[in-house]
Amino acid sequence: MPFKSTVGDYQTVATLETFGFLPPMSQDEIYDQIAYIIAQGWSPLVEHVHPSRSMATYWSYWKLPFFGEKDLGVIVSELEACHRAYPDHHVRLVGYDAYTQSQGSCFVVFEAR
Amino acid sequence: MSKKYDAGVKEYRDTYWTPDYVPLDTDLLACFKVTGQEGVPKEEVAAAVAAESSTGTWSTVWSELLTDLDFYKGRCYRIEDVPGDKESFYAFIAYPLDLFEEGSITNVLTSLVGNVFGFKALRHLRLEDIRFPMAFIKTCPGPPNGICVERDRMNKYGRPLLGCTIKPKLGLSGKNYGRVVYECLRGGLDFTKDDENINSQPFQRWQNRFEFVAEAVQLAQEETGEKKGHYLNCTAATPEEMYERAEFAKELGQPIIMHDYITGGFTANTGLSKWCRKNGMLLHIHRAMHAVIDRHPKHGIHFRVLAKCLRLSGGDQLHTGTVVGKLEGDRQTTLGFIDQLRESFVPEDRSRGNFFDQDWGSMPGVFAVASGGIHVWHMPALVAIFGDDSVLQFGGGTHGHPWGSAAGAAANRVALEACVKARNAGREIEKESRDILMEAAKHSPELAIALETWKEIKFEFDTVDKLDVN
Repeated sequence: MPFKSTVGDYQTVATLETFGFLPPMSQDEIYDQIAYIIAQGWSPLVEHVHPSRSMATYWSYWKLPFFGEKDLGVIVSELEACHRAYPDHHVRLVGYDAYTQSQGSCFVVFEAR
Repeated sequence: MSKKYDAGVKEYRDTYWTPDYVPLDTDLLACFKVTGQEGVPKEEVAAAVAAESSTGTWSTVWSELLTDLDFYKGRCYRIEDVPGDKESFYAFIAYPLDLFEEGSITNVLTSLVGNVFGFKALRHLRLEDIRFPMAFIKTCPGPPNGICVERDRMNKYGRPLLGCTIKPKLGLSGKNYGRVVYECLRGGLDFTKDDENINSQPFQRWQNRFEFVAEAVQLAQEETGEKKGHYLNCTAATPEEMYERAEFAKELGQPIIMHDYITGGFTANTGLSKWCRKNGMLLHIHRAMHAVIDRHPKHGIHFRVLAKCLRLSGGDQLHTGTVVGKLEGDRQTTLGFIDQLRESFVPEDRSRGNFFDQDWGSMPGVFAVASGGIHVWHMPALVAIFGDDSVLQFGGGTHGHPWGSAAGAAANRVALEACVKARNAGREIEKESRDILMEAAKHSPELAIALETWKEIKFEFDTVDKLDVN
């Protein structure tokens, strides 16, 4: 087993929190995550920010949280619309949980070009 | 109605065994597993436990008649068999609220598990559970921040948090220690942790450690673009030194400190927790010495009680065992007490070891910390057992990676995220664990090597303390 005899060099990577260590998701994989958010009863929310401010607590809302939205297609088109409007921004999808006032899910869907 | 003084020794059960009593919502209820000396009737032993943990003493005394003891006494109101155990039984005892000082866990434990545990009529005694009434809970400070606030401060959502204890646990200089912290955090962990026995030893004084660690945290944060923290252990010989360390951590801009709540004591813990609330600091809680108290199935205090006490005394994260790693703890029992840490209401459920309905009201939740002998192959089971509101800590499973701690950290982070992603997509992550990890390893040489390194390590010993079932 060749890897046992060689020590590799781990290069630090700049990441954007949850799912930052996975390869970019395919369209189908993104659908799965949106379906999960909807199934949990959370409200989908789209946020975006310029990469220079990615560590800020507040990213800009895209419109308003989509309270009670259950249509997967609507969320996908809002994500894409946000990405078209702000191509040089990161765009993330949040599953907002009003009961805990927290985010049940949150991950970057489009990284800034 | 006034009573006459009748000197002498009465049987405890005449006063303290009250099977007709219906507990009040404000009563503090306790369930003890009692093993009496041979030949002593159950009711008498159970009543003795109620008496000795509340108002009673061995002899009738005249001064009892100066008050209305019926108002203050603890009462044994129910006795139950222990499934599969002929020599022990459960005694349920109700204590009036006024027996306890508001907000003092120390006072509750001094009463309930004080002298009575040495009582000669008992062979063994174990406090299995306490139902804290809402009227008492509202007087306790509780977690300084809680799960929701901690997520907001650390910017971690939708997954368990990932941590690791710095190893070797003793003997590194401050600068070397900070190096290991830096390696772990740059590799993708959210937190690193002081080992519990790191306080301020000759090889590494606390100021020196705090300063190097703060620099490591800062650098890792800048380089990765993610929020990072290190649990700076403030446990010390005196409260004054403990607060001095906490203040310095705050001065260095650190997000989280740490305390050992059993060796340090509940008074110290509650004080430090209040300090954390006031100073915007997260509090990680270690539980050294717990197994001395909670491991014997017939004597001591069950950990679910110690966990409940910690939630009341205050802490944002508490160690709970791992179920799958090197340390004791079966799955159902662990699920039972992590509910007590995180939920706002936990129903009675004997299959999880919870003897009472427990309403936590508005008390914030505590992250469950799984730490001890776990590695990357355990990740799917850990995510399934502990869910998102947990901190998974891999010590050997991080530093033991052939490429070092940063690569070990990255391997764990990839595995964690792959499991969360698969779970969200509706896959059964425990059943499909191998496929999920192997798929993820295709994109991560660090994970591939970790999987190879730890492929045959298991800790399959039977649990010593099991739930009482037939």
